[in-house]
Amino acid sequence: MAPPETEKTARAIAAEFGNRPDALLEILHRVQAEIGYVPEETVPALADALNLSRAEVHGVVTFYHDFRRAPAGGHVLKMCRAEACQAMGCEALVKRAESRLGVACGSTSADGRVTLEPIYCLGLCATGPSAMLDGRLVGRLTPAKLDALLKEAGA
Amino acid sequence: MTIPFFSKAKRGEEQPHGKLRIFVPKDAAAVACGADAVAAAIARSASQTGVPVEIVRTGSRGLLWLEPLVELEMGGIRHGFGPIEPETVGNLLNAGLLRGDLKALSAHPQSLGPVDKIDYLARQTRLTFARCGVIDPLSLDAYRALGGYKGLEKALSLTPAGVIEEVSKSGLRGRGGAGFPTGIKWKTVHDTSAEQKYIVCNADEGDSGTFADRMLMEGDPFVLIEGMTIAGLAVGATKGFIYVRSEYSHAIVALNAAIGIARKAGLLGIDVAGSRKVFDIEVRTGAGAYVCGEETALLDSLEGKRGIVRAKPPLPAHKGLFGRPTVINNVLSLGAVPFIMAEGAKTYFDFGLGRSRGTMPIQLAGNIKRGGLFETAFGVTLGQLVDDIGGGTASGRPVKAVQVGGPLGAYFPRALFDTPFDYEAFAARDGLIGHAGVVVFDDTADMAKQARFAFEFCAIESCGKCTPCRIGSTRGVETVDKIMAGDASEDNLAVVKDLCNTMKFGSLCALGGFTPYPVMSALTHFPEDFRRPTQRLQAAE
Repeated sequence: MAPPETEKTARAIAAEFGNRPDALLEILHRVQAEIGYVPEETVPALADALNLSRAEVHGVVTFYHDFRRAPAGGHVLKMCRAEACQAMGCEALVKRAESRLGVACGSTSADGRVTLEPIYCLGLCATGPSAMLDGRLVGRLTPAKLDALLKEAGA
Repeated sequence: MTIPFFSKAKRGEEQPHGKLRIFVPKDAAAVACGADAVAAAIARSASQTGVPVEIVRTGSRGLLWLEPLVELEMGGIRHGFGPIEPETVGNLLNAGLLRGDLKALSAHPQSLGPVDKIDYLARQTRLTFARCGVIDPLSLDAYRALGGYKGLEKALSLTPAGVIEEVSKSGLRGRGGAGFPTGIKWKTVHDTSAEQKYIVCNADEGDSGTFADRMLMEGDPFVLIEGMTIAGLAVGATKGFIYVRSEYSHAIVALNAAIGIARKAGLLGIDVAGSRKVFDIEVRTGAGAYVCGEETALLDSLEGKRGIVRAKPPLPAHKGLFGRPTVINNVLSLGAVPFIMAEGAKTYFDFGLGRSRGTMPIQLAGNIKRGGLFETAFGVTLGQLVDDIGGGTASGRPVKAVQVGGPLGAYFPRALFDTPFDYEAFAARDGLIGHAGVVVFDDTADMAKQARFAFEFCAIESCGKCTPCRIGSTRGVETVDKIMAGDASEDNLAVVKDLCNTMKFGSLCALGGFTPYPVMSALTHFPEDFRRPTQRLQAAE
């Protein structure tokens, strides 16, 4: 059986980085950017390409918060829950998002449209509360701005 | 305070003839508040009215409550307007921004007058951040016009040992939080013989309430590149890495672009500035692990592994990246080096007090009226920073607590507002200045919740190598939960204190070792928040 497309993609990306094991994080970022997550079958493929053990690659994928082992929802809303945003009332906004989406922070809405995740600091600590929708930064978040973001995400 | 560097910094680039120059930041914080849309609206209006306008996208001045801060240059003076959000930019355009009618514009409600005269900026001593927010971050000419690469020029005229002596004499200490003398670190690497050495820049600025590294990388990336180049030449390293957290995508873009420009200009590569010395830099992206801000975890992460803390010794200066001698410095430490080399160690040393010399880019954040970056000599008190400079809370309510130094920093009550910003003074009051983030909380804050969060954050981010951090943090969350439910409070308080003691003295690195700071300070200064009425815990049926 031919290897799945995802495995080929992962091997091609590793080759671009010269199959250097020290570039594993960069490689995984690229795999995730292209496939949307790090599929299980890419782990042994990358281990083979970089001359690492599967355990080592698995360890890296699972250690870092950035890497997903399953696809995210159609949109990803990350809300900062660190101290500076806490001081500006981010927790109430997180609760609002949770109730609008009907899920707890850290999961995807039932219709698969929005993944709501915490993030610990976007470095926008004087213009909080802060959030990020699909990579776009939003500062001075208010309930109205949050509702607009959720609407944009189709929730 | 006037020193030669400043008068140069005010001059800016020459204005092209007949063209209006308008400055709009592209700093991530400004962009988060709509700066891109503001710049687009100005450009659209200019093309509709046929007014020739040059829109320069700069870094941020650090007056973050005024972002997006739009500046109009007239007669060599930059007049500020802010905050100008996408919803209000139309007003500013109607008021005559593109006509350059200063008289009419000065009546605009968001008019701030000449930016250099704004009190918040005028009171600062901008050494590291002299150019940030002033120039186009990717204009090498603008960087050079304001003193850029003079430090490298000076460094190339000295021996490596001479450069290190200069850095040592400046009194510069690690700005990442540990405060270790930078010169000693460099000397150790210099004195260790090896075929390959490395410079690693720690740009994993994970502390909540801090954004100085981000602002500098986005707003003046060449200063970091120059600082790293000087470090490389001084210790004999030919390769540098900047490890940037993945949350800082704008900074990564800016750094990669600036490195490309520096390479093309012959300032990086096989013949740095015609010296026949080799130095080049690569940017690496983190992946959302707070512990990778700890230097040894960062090194493991740079090697493509899990970010697990290493036991010391060996020190990174002896066995660092790939087992080679490595200088690992924070963005702000390396960013201070070009000024030190260009203007002399003594000029830098003359700022500050005691063993804290030079300036510190302090970040005012959280619930604060005038949040932003305030670079100043060591010695300013916490009270001055919060009340006078920061203007108190944004909510208008009384300040309850101030957390200094990120998630691992202590909560200070108003009673300790006379503490001067100085490594030793904060340590003497069971706190730390860390990376100089100051997060303000108003009287609605619940300090038991904050103590719980400190443990919880440690549990989420622990690398898992040492037991006090890995287990202690989770037991801490559970115990604070019991206290918050009013369950056998006194016994549980004793458990929290005991856990903190174990974590402080038994952890391998600062994550577990410093988590007790926020917990114990909350407990010590705000004991009333921990005395809760007994709640019946929900029975698990």
